[in-house]
Amino acid sequence: MSERIPGFATLAVHAGAQPDPTTGARATPIYQTTSYVFESVDHAASLFGLQTFGNIYTRIGNPTNAVLEERVAALEGGTAGLAVASGHAAQVLVFHCLLQPGDEFVASKKLYGGSINQFNHAFKNFGWNVVWADPDDIASFERAISPKTKAIFSESIANPGGVITDMAAVSQIAKRAGVPYIVDNTLATPYLCKPFDHGADIVVHSLTKFLGGHGNSIAGMIVDGGTFNWSRERRYPMLCEPRPEYHGIVLHETFGNFAFAIACRVLALRDIGSALSPFNAFLVLTGIETLPLRMQKHCDNTQAVAEWISTHPKVAWVSYPGLPGDRYHNLAKKYCPNGAGAVFTFGLKGGYDAGVKLVSNVKLFSHLANIGDTRSLIIHPASTTHRQLTDAQKIQAGAGPDVVRLSIGIEDKEDIIADLEQGLAD
Amino acid sequence: MGEPLRSVPAMNHDSYPDNYIRGILNTVKSIAMVGASEKENRPSYFAFKYLLERGYHMIPVNPGHAGEMMLGQRIYARLTDIAESVDMVDIFRGSQYALPIVQEALKLKPRPQAIWMQLGVRNDEAAALAEANGLKVVMNRCPKIEYGRLSSEIAWMGVNTRTISSKKATIGGIQRMSLSRMSVPGGATEAADRVQREEGGH
Repeated sequence: MSERIPGFATLAVHAGAQPDPTTGARATPIYQTTSYVFESVDHAASLFGLQTFGNIYTRIGNPTNAVLEERVAALEGGTAGLAVASGHAAQVLVFHCLLQPGDEFVASKKLYGGSINQFNHAFKNFGWNVVWADPDDIASFERAISPKTKAIFSESIANPGGVITDMAAVSQIAKRAGVPYIVDNTLATPYLCKPFDHGADIVVHSLTKFLGGHGNSIAGMIVDGGTFNWSRERRYPMLCEPRPEYHGIVLHETFGNFAFAIACRVLALRDIGSALSPFNAFLVLTGIETLPLRMQKHCDNTQAVAEWISTHPKVAWVSYPGLPGDRYHNLAKKYCPNGAGAVFTFGLKGGYDAGVKLVSNVKLFSHLANIGDTRSLIIHPASTTHRQLTDAQKIQAGAGPDVVRLSIGIEDKEDIIADLEQGLAD
Repeated sequence: MGEPLRSVPAMNHDSYPDNYIRGILNTVKSIAMVGASEKENRPSYFAFKYLLERGYHMIPVNPGHAGEMMLGQRIYARLTDIAESVDMVDIFRGSQYALPIVQEALKLKPRPQAIWMQLGVRNDEAAALAEANGLKVVMNRCPKIEYGRLSSEIAWMGVNTRTISSKKATIGGIQRMSLSRMSVPGGATEAADRVQREEGGH
C-alpha cells in the first residue's frame, strides 16, 4: 500500500500540531511557562544528558515553539527546525555553530541591509569574517573561497532588489569546497521556493515577514536540511567532536541528519539565549495556516502592480523578476514558478523629491520599514533606512535617491493601484 | 527444493511505511542490542537507556564486557548465550558484521520476530536472509528516533516527525507519549533522503 504524501496547504495547517493530549484543545495552546517538572531524578538526568526527548526550560525548548519548528521544517522539507527570537538571532546561532574566531564565510552582497550590517560589523567582533561575492557573477563565489571558508550564504529572492540567486550553481561551489550552503528564504517562503531542492543545506527565516504574515510578531527560524555530512568534513567541532558541555557526546554521531538543528538548540541557543516567546510562536503559527492563500494573493497582486507601474510615465524602471523583460525572469521561472514574491523596487524619473512626495501622498500604503505584511507597505530608502549613506553608497546599496520599495499586501489590487496612481499624480 | 518460509514480503528498504515500523515497535517486548556500549556518551547507550525507559526488556550483547551489568541488565557475549526469548535483535555494529549476526540470530529458539540495523548500518544480504526466514527487517534507522517520531515525542526537539494527525495522542506519564498514536504521513524530507541513499546514511 503506497502512502499518500500530503500537499503543501495540508502541511501548512497540520504539520507539527495535534490535539493537545491532555485537554483535547485543537488549536495549539500557548504554553506560557518557563519550566517543566521532571517525573523523577532519573528523568531529569536523561533530559539534561539529551538521552530522552522533552522540555526543561523555555530558553531551550517550548511545546508551542516546537509546533512552529516542525511546521516550518515540514514545509521546507527539512529534518528539524529551531525557532528563535528573530531572523537576526537565527543567523547568529547558525554561524556560532559553524565558525571559530578567524574563520571566514562567503556571502552574496545582494542581501537585506540588516544582514549586511550584521555580517560587516557585529560578526567582526566575534572574529567571523565575511567575504562578499556577487550573485550576478557566480564564479565570484568560487574565487572568494579560502582554506578558512566554513560556509556560503545567500538569499533565495534577495531583498529589496528582486535579485534571484542561482542556488543550484552556488550549491555546487559549496559542495566542491566541502562547506554548507545557507539560504535565507524569507522573501520567497517555502510556498514559492524550497532551497533544499536546489542544494541548500541550512535554511534561515525571518518569520516576521510573509510566514507570520500579519506584521505583529518578530520571530526567526533555522531549518536543518539533513544533507551535510559533518563527520566527513571534520572541520566543525560543534558537530563532530566530543562536547565537554554534554559529557563528551558527538552530536552528529548521536543525532544523525538533524544534528545541526540540535547543535543550534543545545549549544547555541542554550548559551546565547535568544529564545522566542511562545506567544509570538502562536501568532506566527496562526499566520502560517493561511500562507498558501496569502502568498499566492501577494504574488498575483504584485504581478499586476508591477505590470501597471512599468507603464507609468513618471517611472524610469521597475525591478521585478515577474516581468518578462527582467534580467532575473528566467531564474524566477526556474526557482519560483508560482510567483516572484511581493517585494520590488522601482525608480522615479523625478528622483529624491518625487520619492518623498509619493510616500507622503499615499493613503492606503503604510510608510514604514518592514515587508511581508497583509497591508501594502512603501518606503523611500534614500530618505529613511539609507539616509546616513553618501549618494554613491546609496546607489551601490540599490537605494539610490530615485528608488522606492513596495511590499504588496493582500488588499484588492485595484485599490492598491488606485492609491499609487493618486500618489503619483501631480 | 522447497521454497524458504516467507511470511513477510521483502520490504523496500529505502522507505518504510510508518505502520510497518510502528507495528514492530508495538509488538516486540524484548530487544537484544548487539554492540551496546556502557559508555554514557555513546549513541548505543542513548538508545539502550531510552528504550529501557519506554518499557522494553533490553538485553545488552557485547563480548568485551560479558558478565558485567549495564543499567541493571546483564551483558551477554553473544546472542546464543541469552537464556530467554528475544523478540528483536538491534545491530549496533558496522554493516559488514550484520550477516554473521543475522546468522546467529536465526539459531535462536524461538526465533526473533525482527532484525533492526541501526542508522548507518545496511546489509542487503543479511536482510534478504532474515526476510527469507520470515523475520521483519529494518535497516539504517534508529529505534529510539523512530519511537520518538511515531509517538511525536521527538517533535519537542523541533524534529520533523514526517507525520500528521487529527487524533489526540495518549500520554504515558510526564513528557511521555504513547506509541499507539494514529497518524498519516506528513512532511517529507526528500533532500536528506536523497543524501542518505547516495551516502548510505551519515
